[in-house]
Amino acid sequence: MFVSYKWLQDYVDLSGVSAVELAEKITKSGIEVEGVDVLNEGITGVVVGHVVERVQHPNADKLSKCQVDIGQGEPVQIICGAPNVAQGQKVAVATVGAVLPGNFKIKRAKLRGEESNGMICSLTELGVEAKVVPKEYSEGIFVFPQDAEVGTDAIALLNRDDEVLELGLTPNRADCLSMLGVAYEVAAILGREVKLPEIDVQPVTEKATDYITVKVEANEDNPLYAAKVIKNVKIGPAPLWMQTRLMSAGIRPHNNVVDITNYILLEYGQPLHAFDYDRLGSNEILVRRANDGEKFTTLDDVERTLTSDHLVITNGTEPVALAGVMGGANSEVTSDTTTVLLEAAYFTGGTVRKASKDHGLRSEASARFEKGVDPNRVRAAGERAAYLIGKYAGGEVLEGASEVDTLTVEPAVVSITLEKINNVIGTNLTVADVEAIFERLQFAVSSEGETITVTAPTRRGDIKIEEDLIEEVARLYGYDNIPKTLPIGSATPGKLSDYQKKRRIVRQYLEGAGLFQAVTYSLTSEEKAAQFALEKRDFIRLAMPMSEDRSILRLSIMPQLLEVVKYNSARQNDSLAVYETGAVFLANGNEALPEEQEHLAGAITGLWHSHSWQGEKKAVDFYVVKGILEGLFAKFGLTESVTYVQAKVDNMHPGRTAEIHLNGERIGFVGQVHPTMQKELDLKDTYVFELSLKAVLEEATAALRYEAIPRFPSITRDIALVVDKETVSGVLKDVIQQAGGKLLKEVSVFDLYEGERMEEGKKSIAYSLKYMDPERTLTDEEVTKVHTQVLEALKTQAGAVLRG
Amino acid sequence: MQERLKELQQEAIQKIEQSSSLKELNDIRVAYLGKKGPITEVLRGMGKLSAEERPIMGALANEVREAIATVLEAKQKELEEAAVLEKLASESIDVTLPGRPVKVGNHHPLTRIIEEIEDLFIGMGYQVAEGPEVEQDYYNFEALNLPKGHPARDMQDSFYITDEILLRTHTSPVQARTMEKNQGKGPIKIICPGKVYRRDNDDATHSHQFMQIEGLVVGENIRMSDLHGTLEIFAKKMFGEDREIRLRPSFFPFTEPSVEMDISCMICGGHGCNVCKKTGWIEILGAGMVHPNVLEMAGYDSKKYTGFAFGMGPERIAMLKYGVDDIRHFYTNDVRFLKQFSKHE
Ligand SMILES: [Zn+2]
Repeated sequence: MFVSYKWLQDYVDLSGVSAVELAEKITKSGIEVEGVDVLNEGITGVVVGHVVERVQHPNADKLSKCQVDIGQGEPVQIICGAPNVAQGQKVAVATVGAVLPGNFKIKRAKLRGEESNGMICSLTELGVEAKVVPKEYSEGIFVFPQDAEVGTDAIALLNRDDEVLELGLTPNRADCLSMLGVAYEVAAILGREVKLPEIDVQPVTEKATDYITVKVEANEDNPLYAAKVIKNVKIGPAPLWMQTRLMSAGIRPHNNVVDITNYILLEYGQPLHAFDYDRLGSNEILVRRANDGEKFTTLDDVERTLTSDHLVITNGTEPVALAGVMGGANSEVTSDTTTVLLEAAYFTGGTVRKASKDHGLRSEASARFEKGVDPNRVRAAGERAAYLIGKYAGGEVLEGASEVDTLTVEPAVVSITLEKINNVIGTNLTVADVEAIFERLQFAVSSEGETITVTAPTRRGDIKIEEDLIEEVARLYGYDNIPKTLPIGSATPGKLSDYQKKRRIVRQYLEGAGLFQAVTYSLTSEEKAAQFALEKRDFIRLAMPMSEDRSILRLSIMPQLLEVVKYNSARQNDSLAVYETGAVFLANGNEALPEEQEHLAGAITGLWHSHSWQGEKKAVDFYVVKGILEGLFAKFGLTESVTYVQAKVDNMHPGRTAEIHLNGERIGFVGQVHPTMQKELDLKDTYVFELSLKAVLEEATAALRYEAIPRFPSITRDIALVVDKETVSGVLKDVIQQAGGKLLKEVSVFDLYEGERMEEGKKSIAYSLKYMDPERTLTDEEVTKVHTQVLEALKTQAGAVLRG
Repeated sequence: MQERLKELQQEAIQKIEQSSSLKELNDIRVAYLGKKGPITEVLRGMGKLSAEERPIMGALANEVREAIATVLEAKQKELEEAAVLEKLASESIDVTLPGRPVKVGNHHPLTRIIEEIEDLFIGMGYQVAEGPEVEQDYYNFEALNLPKGHPARDMQDSFYITDEILLRTHTSPVQARTMEKNQGKGPIKIICPGKVYRRDNDDATHSHQFMQIEGLVVGENIRMSDLHGTLEIFAKKMFGEDREIRLRPSFFPFTEPSVEMDISCMICGGHGCNVCKKTGWIEILGAGMVHPNVLEMAGYDSKKYTGFAFGMGPERIAMLKYGVDDIRHFYTNDVRFLKQFSKHE
């Protein structure tokens, strides 16, 4: 809503309060003023001129040579390029030395050999937005009415010496979609009076009901319809002050009757519609639901197909308007109109919203009906419009209105105790303080003891319950004046849950290991949704996606994370380590919410370790990534619970991928991305992992207990084994551990050899075995005995022999 | 004999002083003090001396030995020190060459902001509550005083999956769920961070997926002044002690009264600049007293219980705090962007 500071003064005395100060006050008491537009900013030296002579420019077809009286003695010569400039016009002249918006300075000049002392201006040159300039002036200069006085300030005459406040209205404050509504608000803020607009109709003896009957078949959608008739109307331009006010509010002037309905829309917030009575084709207005498939051409000349959801105004048979949205081309007011039928009606929000949405017709009128107009202002708006049409379009207003009224209007009466107000706000107001606030708002208020009863006017449909009253009190008291306290009452422990704490540990650990945290989108494409999923489930699709790329909820983080790798690789960040934690979505059928499982995924590519000037370089490999995971599991005491099983996973390298099992259950995978996919995505070798973080973090972690530092020495025996190439280290280790019993403290691999010195199909793998007894020093014989058992087990269970 | 000893002493000391290596010195030691050395030889000739002379001469010989040994040791120490210095000199390196880099990653900037806010409120007795990103229409809208057909639903166009299930448009459903779980009892003090989704085209200021963090306090005597005090602490801790706050009335369906909070612009200090659109103030969050309908729907007696709630966008906070100019940076994950958020401040 654009609010003219000058116009507002018709209703509230603003003396002593500048537009900027007013904006600040309005903002602080509840309606955000998003900007204050100074209309004449950067404009000086524009006066009203009289074109006393216009002749063709001798050297240019499209230019006119004008002699213009600007009230400074002799007329001055001005060259003008506008096609509509004509002798006798009163025009806006930027004189020599004037400045126009954009710091455009007017200088004496020669145009095609003829002297020009100034410029005759169009409205856009004076800073008016092109879309609100009246059509007849849109291609040329603006022409004042003949009574404009030569030499006076043209900017003031155009009401451009004004400031416009742009209000950002929340849906509950539809009352401020009108100048009067804003006036009530401002009056309450400033503690001043509201002056209502003048309505002084001198009706002729004929009655509106003689001309028109109104029937409403859809009372629920249209509980009030009043039709007034004004005859002998002369269509012409509206008075300049009205046109300029409309322009400042963002509405383009058309003619006096249409402008007056728009003016009332702005003044009262009540949309009106003017029909050409003679073009209606009947003496009847019938409001009904449209028939399915019924055709209707709106006044923008578009043929619309209607449904029974849409409310239409008809002449008894044919639609003449789409109720509250747009009139019909068939009954539009034209320059020939002499009798006007003026509609003032109450259409409910839902019906107008449906029609405006279905037909893509959002207008100033539909917006107001959608948010709810003041039911008590409908008739007054109609009366005021009829009065203005009588006054400014030379019409005769017929007595009364033809009406259907089934509207019951009951203002909201709400009672509240002073205690409740003070308890909720945290203040110490008195009954008198509270009463004074409601009086300023012009709400009827009475009190009995400490119970205050308020009757909210119908213009404030948002006031319904106690809390609404509390808000009115709080905002007019001033939010900033509310004390600053902290909640009192029983203490609550502030803490993270175990799960949340552990999640933070995961992040810190991974970042300490060199990975950057990424955050990617949950929505993905059909192609990607299927990739890397730990569990295959039905896709969860959006009913109305914005694009195919963001249409399905992810089943795995990996595809998105690989996008991150791809994006960075393409920008020379080719050594990269990233991870993400976040939900993946597992469908549970159509009715239930999906299961949201928090996953952890990581991707590492390029050099894991490099030291430029020392020439050290180490590319990432499987064991780098596995090592990171092992460290993570160790952090939660899960080393013994996790196993890695060689496996084939879709889109992963078949020989370099392991499934991760936690207590025997598959919770994720680790390995190299399949070379085919790497090629598709243009990636270098990329090692990744993804697992159910939920499974890991929900696993109970054992209490931390100190373990005694060994007091007795250990004995280490190294063995090099020759085994079949297919024998994996994990199996050998299991055999060693089982045979070694409790004296065997540690087993670690220290060498792997698969070179040519080995027999075909064999490899050598070396282990270091550490024996120890915490209670005493072991003897060589004791160790040898156990060690021999280990070697024996290796031979019989794994076919492993000592390397010669 | 006596003279011979003196001569030997002088000769040995001279040689020691002239020697320049430990080896040379060792040769001198063997030559003069060894079993085959001249002093031993001199002493061997003592048999020819008288019984009176013998002890005198023996003492003298010992004196000479000791004198030589003392000088020799001093010289040895000197040479050893020189050798150490020489070795150290040969080991010197260029200390201005760069060190071996330690690879460390860091939090995503949004996580950083969220954890900072979480920690701040944990310190004030809040717990962190989380909930599903795919929600029932009931929790996302209806339980928050947004019945079907409510005009304010237009304010947040949503991604629906079915008529009843959608991607949450805010983290408020977590509040509704928490209240429901507490079965009409207080106090509740929670902070709810998480991802939310709206039907917006991705551009510099919009993202179809973004983060939100909301807070909720419900109890028997929760006042708007408590909200005021809480928000002031938040603003000063998060944006600096010299920040001013300003509360403005606003409208949200789930709160009444509703509040919007501005903080004095951290860029210009309130004098007006492009970031604050010359106003000196920056809008930072929405808040309000929990609407009685919301309390009642969650099973609370709104006559007895009151509460406040607030919500804000970590992206917006990060953009203001770090001067990030395009919201898409947060979801593109360019490492050159991510690694800028490693520094402690
Ligand atoms: Zn600023």
